[in-house]
Amino acid sequence: MSVHLKIDNQEISVDSGTTVLQAASDVGIKIPTLCHLPDISSPGSCRVCLVEVEGARTLLPACITECRDDMVVRTTSKKAREARKLSVELLLANHPWDCNACVRNNECELQALAADMGITEVRFPYAADQVEIDQSTPALVRDMNKCILCRRCVAACSDVQGVGTLAPRMRGFDASIGTGDSEKLSDAVCVQCGQCSLVCPVGAIVEKNDICKVWEALDNPEKTVIVQTAPAIRAALGECFGLKPGTRVTGKMVAALRRLGFDKVFDTDFTADLTIMEEGTEFLTRLKKALVNKENVALPLFTSCSPGWVNYMEQFYADLTPNLSTCKSPQQMFGAIAKTYYAEKIGVRPENMVVVSIMPCTAKKFECSREEMHDSGVKDVDIVLTTRELGRMIKSAGIDFLNLKNEEMDAPLGMSTGAADIFANTGGVMEAALRTAYEIVTGDELPFENLHVKPIQGLEGLKEASFKVEKTLPDWEFLKGQTVKVAVAHGLKNAHILCEQVLSGNPEGYHFIEVMCCPGGCIGGGGQPRPTTAETRCERIKAIYKEDENRPLRKSHENTAVQELYKEFLGAPLGEVSHHLLHTNYKDRMKGNPLAHAKEE
Amino acid sequence: MKKARMHVLVPMDSAGDPCEVRQFVCRLRQELETQRMSDEIAVIETGRFGPINKGVSAVIHPDGTSYVNLTAEDAANLVEEHFVKGRVLKEKQQKGDFGEIFSPGVVLKNCGRISPDNLNEYLACDGWKGLETTLHLSPGEVRKWIMDSGLRGRGGAGFPTGKKWQSCADAADPRKIVVCNADEGEPGTFKDRLILEGDPFKVIEGMIICAYAVRASEGFIYIRGEYSLSINRIKKAIKEAREAELLGMNILGSGFSFDIRLKIGAGAYVCGEETALLNSMEGKPGNPRIKPPYPTQSGYLGHPTVVNNVETLANIPSIMENGADWFSTIGAPTMPGTKVYAILGKVNHPGLIEVPTGIPVRSLIENYGGGMKEGSSFKAVQLGGTGGDILSEEALDLPLDIESLEQAGHVLGAGALLVLDRETPIIDLLYSCMRFFVHESCGRCNVCRNGGMELYRMISRMRINEGVSGDIELLEEIATALKLSSFCPLGTSTANPILSAIRYFRSELEGCINSTAVRPSPIRNNLKLSAFSS
Repeated sequence: MSVHLKIDNQEISVDSGTTVLQAASDVGIKIPTLCHLPDISSPGSCRVCLVEVEGARTLLPACITECRDDMVVRTTSKKAREARKLSVELLLANHPWDCNACVRNNECELQALAADMGITEVRFPYAADQVEIDQSTPALVRDMNKCILCRRCVAACSDVQGVGTLAPRMRGFDASIGTGDSEKLSDAVCVQCGQCSLVCPVGAIVEKNDICKVWEALDNPEKTVIVQTAPAIRAALGECFGLKPGTRVTGKMVAALRRLGFDKVFDTDFTADLTIMEEGTEFLTRLKKALVNKENVALPLFTSCSPGWVNYMEQFYADLTPNLSTCKSPQQMFGAIAKTYYAEKIGVRPENMVVVSIMPCTAKKFECSREEMHDSGVKDVDIVLTTRELGRMIKSAGIDFLNLKNEEMDAPLGMSTGAADIFANTGGVMEAALRTAYEIVTGDELPFENLHVKPIQGLEGLKEASFKVEKTLPDWEFLKGQTVKVAVAHGLKNAHILCEQVLSGNPEGYHFIEVMCCPGGCIGGGGQPRPTTAETRCERIKAIYKEDENRPLRKSHENTAVQELYKEFLGAPLGEVSHHLLHTNYKDRMKGNPLAHAKEE
Repeated sequence: MKKARMHVLVPMDSAGDPCEVRQFVCRLRQELETQRMSDEIAVIETGRFGPINKGVSAVIHPDGTSYVNLTAEDAANLVEEHFVKGRVLKEKQQKGDFGEIFSPGVVLKNCGRISPDNLNEYLACDGWKGLETTLHLSPGEVRKWIMDSGLRGRGGAGFPTGKKWQSCADAADPRKIVVCNADEGEPGTFKDRLILEGDPFKVIEGMIICAYAVRASEGFIYIRGEYSLSINRIKKAIKEAREAELLGMNILGSGFSFDIRLKIGAGAYVCGEETALLNSMEGKPGNPRIKPPYPTQSGYLGHPTVVNNVETLANIPSIMENGADWFSTIGAPTMPGTKVYAILGKVNHPGLIEVPTGIPVRSLIENYGGGMKEGSSFKAVQLGGTGGDILSEEALDLPLDIESLEQAGHVLGAGALLVLDRETPIIDLLYSCMRFFVHESCGRCNVCRNGGMELYRMISRMRINEGVSGDIELLEEIATALKLSSFCPLGTSTANPILSAIRYFRSELEGCINSTAVRPSPIRNNLKLSAFSS
């Protein structure tokens, strides 16, 4: 059904249920918004999108007001204009004005609104009390002095992730967004996913800035500084420099990292391929134990690449950690291999090597500081920068990113396949694992068009696929006739559904489940450029698939550098050395201090 | 049931000093015992009627003598004089029967006349007759009666009750809920409390009828935690009603089932707003919800819910007993019925009154409040509570009904009338209003949280004569914005006293401006190089 209305004298018809905000945007009118998060939540709390509707006693917030027949809306009437302007002025009045020293300077939505509305004066004195900046966790910094209580972070934390760490507390002018009883985020249940930092319109929640640590390492002539870049970076970094979402900038990124002074530019893709070898083998081994030896092994197997998801398991579903693959994430595998295999190869002591990772993720900052992640004898990954931080670092170095010539990653840890690229998005790890596992079992290529497992692609929250193993190689005969069922979830709220299913006896009979903590997977990670909307996620995913399809090699087991690594150093997947360097164990963090295991330096 | 020759009705409510009244009643019972009269003279603890500033009071029936300012020491004397000798104790007598003056007999009909703890006394005073009529009608017919009666909500907003019920009944979800809003938080109002303390069965009957009309089987009374006496009385009343099969399964054999539970509020003012109340009932922070959906579409736990004020529900039994036509002829045509007011401030008889709607404030003060206190002359009245308009002499002849007030740009509010004399500065009243709102804002929406704070700070400055020229215009600007753009009625209410005070008392407020004062500059915290710089 459609409704007809008039917005600023333009007659339009929209589907019923459309908000005034959407309808206005359809006819080219941009109503300012602040607390509104498209498709996720519109708490109506900022009072910035007010419009005048004929006959209504008060102004109405366009983001939550649905269009009605014969509605007459005026978005620029004096009343609406003045009320909006005052709303922003009131927010500014109690917001610190140290914009130049704020990490969100020039990216701040409040700043932009004030500029758009032409606010040149704030008539009210600052009244709020100063509170301490919360730097208690490795990943996130919360400066509640800057908070404007828009509640976007609450929506991201509760409605998207279902974690519920952040919630409004207290009343009136004392109201703040807090973490329950605890003053510090480190004392609260928090998976460090950073989705809050992705949606915060101001600089109240941001990633912990580790850029200076990287400079320090680069400045130190005694250190060999190598960098790994996660697959999701190449499809998003361009946005930091004004490029359209989904622009692939792999070559420019490599060039920029060299200009910054990194000794070697490597690829997390390399260890993504390695992960597939380990995790695929782990999966097939568990299947074999269950089906042939009739052992009581934990199935379905959950992927373990996403540190936010691992935190979630440890904090919410510790009983299910036996189902979690023991494989470290590609980032940590990289650190462990770099500081052993590679360090030895180039004759550098692990203490003198600094491994920096560029990640789309804030939880990776937490992950690298876990006490289990020191298998090389020192901290395996030293510093993690998010995509946003890398963008800022490149700018601060005066590098003209857009005009850089494409460069190639270094060998050997820069060699990778298309299967590793798709680790960046939801469904990708599963697809990569299937490409390899299927071929190991049957000797044939995965029988899907262009190697893509269509049912588990896309942005639907929960996806599943199943296929029957018709023929096998002699070693895998026990799988003949077996239907393998896999599931994929992204966003912890969806993961929660699968966890509950598995706890209740796995009625769907899944064998393998991929979970990525953030919506869309790593391409929508908490460390990615802002804004990350549903459209940007789609564009980045498209770019990642293109990256995959353009590769000569698209299956992890075809990675020659990985094959060499096994030959020279690791032996076989799940072997002795692998076990020591590439696998980890999990903790029950459901009681006590959930983030206590982060190791202080 | 024993029959007594005489009844002593003693209001035992939280408006008086509970200790004093308890002592008096104990002594009275002792004295009657001593005189061996306890069988023939019944002491009945009732709710309140009439003034609240007369100490411990008592009414003796059948002769109707009223006594005021009683103490425990008076008990012996009273028994000796009134019951033994049959003479009136002159020095404590109050001339006239409060009841005659103060209630035309709809909502407060039984308050102070019956024991709120005794279902039979309610029954004897025509209680449950409305329910009887109801159970012989179809739910649709009941809704039509309420619609035809023209009853509008008495909580402040004045939404037509019948319409609300119809909307809930029309919702598809079969699980429907009735909530009685007894979270009376408006400073200066205590009508709901005294209704619950004086006649809890009436509210229960109203809820049962409402539940029947919208086909609900669950009811809640959301009541302020501070109202301990109301809570006890309503608990007792619910228990008695259950025992009498007026609540529970298959009420009076009609096949209709309904029961009531209590939810105790924790004292947040905003929880009187129906959607914040529903959030609070669900155990969530008391923040208002986005409307639509309205509670009648999606209320408590997402089920269609009727939220009605105590006074609204207390009107229902009489409408069902006497018919919609009877009700619609009382008071103002656009808002028929009566309205209970808590009149307080500088009047001779502060207390609870019930009058037909449409009576102007002037008449309320003079005829029902007993006029201004000696030595004080009228300056202003704040209508409705802390979020109400402050009116001057020139607005005193406005009829008190929603439409007439709305035409004059005012709101009726929850039913408090705070009368100020010339000694009281308007700025002091505004200060206490703003302090209240700053404390009670839930903090959800920007304009109420920050705008309310700005208003409070400006008023605070003006109160010590540090107002800056331009402050009144700025007050007006922020208050207007609050009225137009706040999320819920709390923000709107914050603006009412400010805007009306500027309208009627501008020159007085201008006196708070100091021509030499300068506006505090927006001094910022020192530029701090935060942890993020690199």
